[in-house]
Amino acid sequence: MLNIAERTAQPGLIRGPVTLAYAFVERQTNLWKRYWAWELVWLVYGVVNTLAITFIAKEAEQAGITTDASHLVLFLLLGTLVWAYLSAVLDDISLVITWERWEGTIEHTLMAPVSRAVHLIGMSIFGVLHAIVRTLLIFAIAVPFFSVDLGQANWFAAAVVIVVGSASVAGLGILTGVLPLLYPERGTQMSFMIQAVVLLISGVYYSVDVLPPWLRVFSYISPATYFLDGIRGAIIDGDGVQDLLGTLATLVLFGVILVPGSIAVFAVAEKWARKTGQLKRQG
Amino acid sequence: MASPAIETRHVNKYFGGGFDYLRLLPPPFDRLRANGAKKGPAHVLRDVSFAAQRGEIYGVLGANGSGKSTLVRILSTLLLPDSGEARIFGLDVVRQSSEVRSLINRVSADPSFFRNMSAVENLLFFGRVYGFSPAEIKRRLPGILARLGFEWERALEPMSHLSRGQQQKMAVARSFLTSPVLMLLDEPTTGLDPRSKRDVQAFVRQVRDEHDSTILLTTHDMEEAELLCDRIAFIANGRIVAEGTPFKLRERVARGRPVEEITMETVFMELTGKRIEEDEEEAEKVLAAR
Ligand SMILES: Nc1ncnc2c1ncn2[C@@H]1O[C@H](COP(=O)(O)OP(=O)(O)O)[C@@H](O)[C@H]1O
Ligand SMILES: [Mg+2]
Repeated sequence: MLNIAERTAQPGLIRGPVTLAYAFVERQTNLWKRYWAWELVWLVYGVVNTLAITFIAKEAEQAGITTDASHLVLFLLLGTLVWAYLSAVLDDISLVITWERWEGTIEHTLMAPVSRAVHLIGMSIFGVLHAIVRTLLIFAIAVPFFSVDLGQANWFAAAVVIVVGSASVAGLGILTGVLPLLYPERGTQMSFMIQAVVLLISGVYYSVDVLPPWLRVFSYISPATYFLDGIRGAIIDGDGVQDLLGTLATLVLFGVILVPGSIAVFAVAEKWARKTGQLKRQG
Repeated sequence: MASPAIETRHVNKYFGGGFDYLRLLPPPFDRLRANGAKKGPAHVLRDVSFAAQRGEIYGVLGANGSGKSTLVRILSTLLLPDSGEARIFGLDVVRQSSEVRSLINRVSADPSFFRNMSAVENLLFFGRVYGFSPAEIKRRLPGILARLGFEWERALEPMSHLSRGQQQKMAVARSFLTSPVLMLLDEPTTGLDPRSKRDVQAFVRQVRDEHDSTILLTTHDMEEAELLCDRIAFIANGRIVAEGTPFKLRERVARGRPVEEITMETVFMELTGKRIEEDEEEAEKVLAAR
């Protein structure tokens, strides 16, 4: 006769959460290959955006607005690149529900015996890898357009900021990904709007000091602010890990709060969606 | 004693109808309510209690909108019941949902795949999340597809290139791939061409004969229910109105007539007071009025 106890113990425990999380990385990679034309669009858009904004520094130099054009070039270049990275991570993760709804697979994915934490972490790992590849390509294409001096850059410290900071950004992505679960019709739009606000308050193209005080307050609660600070510190000022300890500690704190916190919020929202029948109606 | 494959007790499910705030208004204003009154929640499952034994094919027969999919969703942990309880092999679908999930799989009327991925890529993912390795999936898949009458080459094309019948066969393959102890088939043949329909039905019968898995099958097709099911429950407006083997159900309405001559159609009509088509028209009217 069937051994129910054995069956129920099987997936998560024998195969382990790593293999289960990898299922999502593999699936997203397969999807990404099939949607390569869109990837190309985002790449071109990313390169053009990076160039367009960085040329503003050239203009400022020509018009005599700044004396230190090379600093401004690097400042804007890093701003656009970091934003390309952050928005790619946020997009991938926050679309976790929207994407499944659109494909019509949401119920089959959510009824699989995978804990939601493993599911969301798998999606986040893909998001981070995807964003790194895309940003490196943009970087490689855009940098030759400008004569930037990267001699002082501390690449190791920059890598540490990316690794540590990505967790907190993933948490933010999961948090905005809850909205489509709660509001099947408008949730995706709402999460894009939150992304836009993060762009405004985090000092992507300017330092947050220029914000009016009431907006400035919000910059403190955006992990992207510290991410940008860390990257600019490492690459423009050549700061090492020990110089960036304060920034890194803040990012760790955000990660420690946002990752488990957002997964917990997601679980509550999913339960509510299962109660009210918001996952799917037809079929 | 081993617990039944499925057991539900007094399950109720409502949809919609949030709190009616206008009800709080004092007298002269309460007249606003006459037009503005919120529609109450729709009572979609009413006191549903039944049990399906291990190894049986249990049919739920009812018209569109009678609550079949809602019932299947509750059993597959995708919806929470508002009251009552449901157990799968003794495990509560609400409190022990993760254990329940590892025992079941489901086929719904719409195939639900990542349409730009190939069938194999889809099944690789849906198999992996049930803890199966790619090697195991690739070993099991060709056999399942062959029995469904599915040509292997097509499994490498994007899903969107496949016909509806082929997609639905893939959906059946996906769910049997994970060797579920309980299979929930929610109108698996609705909208299929006759050939695909026969292939899927033949596959379900083979599975019944060869394995000891339990199957819950919903349908609005009388013949299908009779062909495949050991026992059938009739559901109308969210309520189970009759239950039994096809023979027992016929017997109930025979009243002296020879049992073999009575069609399921007649049984359904006599026991629910409606023909299934009428019931469907009614459901459509209800939907249109919303
Ligand atoms: N998620 C949902 N939200 C609101 N109403 C729903 C939802 N799912 C089903 N319904 C309604 O519940 C009733 C029963 O639907 P369903 O269970 O899908 O019937 P069946 O599968 O028998 O055709 C229908 O009136 C349908 O409109
Ligand atoms: Mg249905």
